[in-house]
Amino acid sequence: MKELTCIVCPRGCRLTIDDELNVTGNSCPRGAQYAKDELTNPKRMITSFVRVKNRENTVVSVKTSTSIPKGMIFDVMNEIDKVRVSAPTKIGDIAIKNVLNTGADIIITKNIK
Amino acid sequence: MEKRDLVIIGGGSAGMAAAIEAKKNGIDDILILEKDDVLGGILNQCIHNGFGLTEFKEELTGPEYLSRFADQVEELKIEYKLNSLVLDVSENKVVTYSNPTDGVVVCEAKAIVFATGCYERSPGAIQLSGDRCAGIITAGTAQKYLNIHGFLVGKRIVILGSGDIGLIMARRMTLEGAKVLCVSELMPYSNGLNRNIAQCLNDYDIPLYLSRSVLRVEGKSGRVEKVVLAAVDDKLKFIPGTEMEFECDTLLLSVGLVPYVSLLDKLHAEMSSTRGAKVNDQLMTSIPGLFACGNCLHVHDVVDFVTDEGRDAGRGAANYIKGLSNKSKHIEVKPGNGVSYVIPQFIETDLNNDITFKFRVRKPIKNVFVNFKSGEALIHKVVKPVLIPSEMVMIKINKDKLKDLPLSEIEVSLEER
Ligand SMILES: Cc1cc2nc3c(=O)[nH]c(=O)nc-3n(C[C@H](O)[C@H](O)[C@H](O)COP(=O)(O)OP(=O)(O)OC[C@H]3O[C@@H](n4cnc5c(N)ncnc54)[C@H](O)[C@@H]3O)c2cc1C
Ligand code: SF4
Repeated sequence: MKELTCIVCPRGCRLTIDDELNVTGNSCPRGAQYAKDELTNPKRMITSFVRVKNRENTVVSVKTSTSIPKGMIFDVMNEIDKVRVSAPTKIGDIAIKNVLNTGADIIITKNIK
Repeated sequence: MEKRDLVIIGGGSAGMAAAIEAKKNGIDDILILEKDDVLGGILNQCIHNGFGLTEFKEELTGPEYLSRFADQVEELKIEYKLNSLVLDVSENKVVTYSNPTDGVVVCEAKAIVFATGCYERSPGAIQLSGDRCAGIITAGTAQKYLNIHGFLVGKRIVILGSGDIGLIMARRMTLEGAKVLCVSELMPYSNGLNRNIAQCLNDYDIPLYLSRSVLRVEGKSGRVEKVVLAAVDDKLKFIPGTEMEFECDTLLLSVGLVPYVSLLDKLHAEMSSTRGAKVNDQLMTSIPGLFACGNCLHVHDVVDFVTDEGRDAGRGAANYIKGLSNKSKHIEVKPGNGVSYVIPQFIETDLNNDITFKFRVRKPIKNVFVNFKSGEALIHKVVKPVLIPSEMVMIKINKDKLKDLPLSEIEVSLEER
């Protein structure tokens, strides 16, 4: 038996999961999936920023297109740190494709004119 | 003098929603005044995801959420001026603002919406004791330095206050290479979402100490060197002998937000215990033609509700300009047992719509009835399994239930089951 807090939506249901991967406490099916993933292969979304070359003291926000393995968070952060982009930027532009073979892209989340 | 139908002060989520809704309700001559160099307000620095679940049924980052509304402002050709600081508003709805291109401008409006957001409580406001040194900074300011400009304000961090901004900054700074030593919370419970405690603290093994606060800050060198925490008792007094010392260079404060109302305060608008203005069912303040919404009315934690409230204010202002919002009565809405505030504070117009009452509870409570009473008469009753102060409660009441009340007042209170 393990207790966890579902992080899929702001409701934050308290979940319990047993060794046979039976989940209780979830208010929706996404919570059950989350608890199973959390025990077998925990994943997280990352949001951060990349520096903008042609603007002084400016960064542009980015996110992973899907969640990545939790154990790779800091490796992916290192990759994000290495990238530089130029303004203008558009929401949805890709800063890194398939970062470290996770299957997730690093996507720009802010329009800078 | 410049003349406008509607002037909106603040181009954050609330202001943009108000403008869009007023435009859709037939008001064409609108001007949004924003002191920053972009629209969107605080969301520009909230680069984490978690926005828009109610509004768009998807989880967006702050900048993505705001851009959907900024795009609509452009599409609807609503005029806005950036770098434009509103300096003064008078009772007869004359707005004075200044910007680098136009200088100081005086503008008369038929209606004004205040959407100026909130500010963070400062070290002085919580009477932080110890050395006055560099490295004591509010979490929102640190967030702006980091997420807009790319500067990390410290390397070893203690965070005071476990609201969502503090929790989110704990994770952000950890990801950017800082060491967050702990989050300390004065109350015996956190005001942040469970989800943020799980994904911002537990994921990175950052301890959360409840019922603990900063006893003193040490920084004789001019920069924070040490923060001493101590436990507090149930009267929030420090307990001797419980000190914990942390060597660090930064103390982040996430100790509450306060509506930014200095422009309205000056006009002697009636103020509420939220520290925002009192408003009626159209979100109009006690000064006719002046409306308020978003964080300058009461502090919100979910932006989707800010957008909704902005729309209500935009519709209210449009009704007022069109001469449709006749004040026909004056019913006072008051917080009763266990409730810290209720919005709206007054019901004044003819009821063509149901009314959504928004309120917060004073402390976490389980299994209660929420009662709406007018004198002895029970108008409406709802069962709630759990209520916590950090979650705004919204209860909609049918307009017919609000007609023919025995007294000109409604009290919202909690009753244990
Ligand atoms: C750090 C933080 C994290 C948050 N995280 C989440 C989250 O994860 N999920 C969620 O749903 N919600 C979150 N929220 C809540 C929500 O995003 C905000 O409550 C909402 O964006 C507030 O919108 P607003 O328009 O009322 O205020 P703001 O966005 O603050 O806008 C007010 C605007 O008014 C302008 N202004 C003020 N005074 C003047 C003046 N005199 N003249 C001209 N312009 C002026 C300001 O520059 C600003 O642009 C968070 C809030 C904060 C502060
Ligand atoms: S179980 Fe469903 S409702 Fe509960 S937090 Fe998870 S996603 Fe949200």
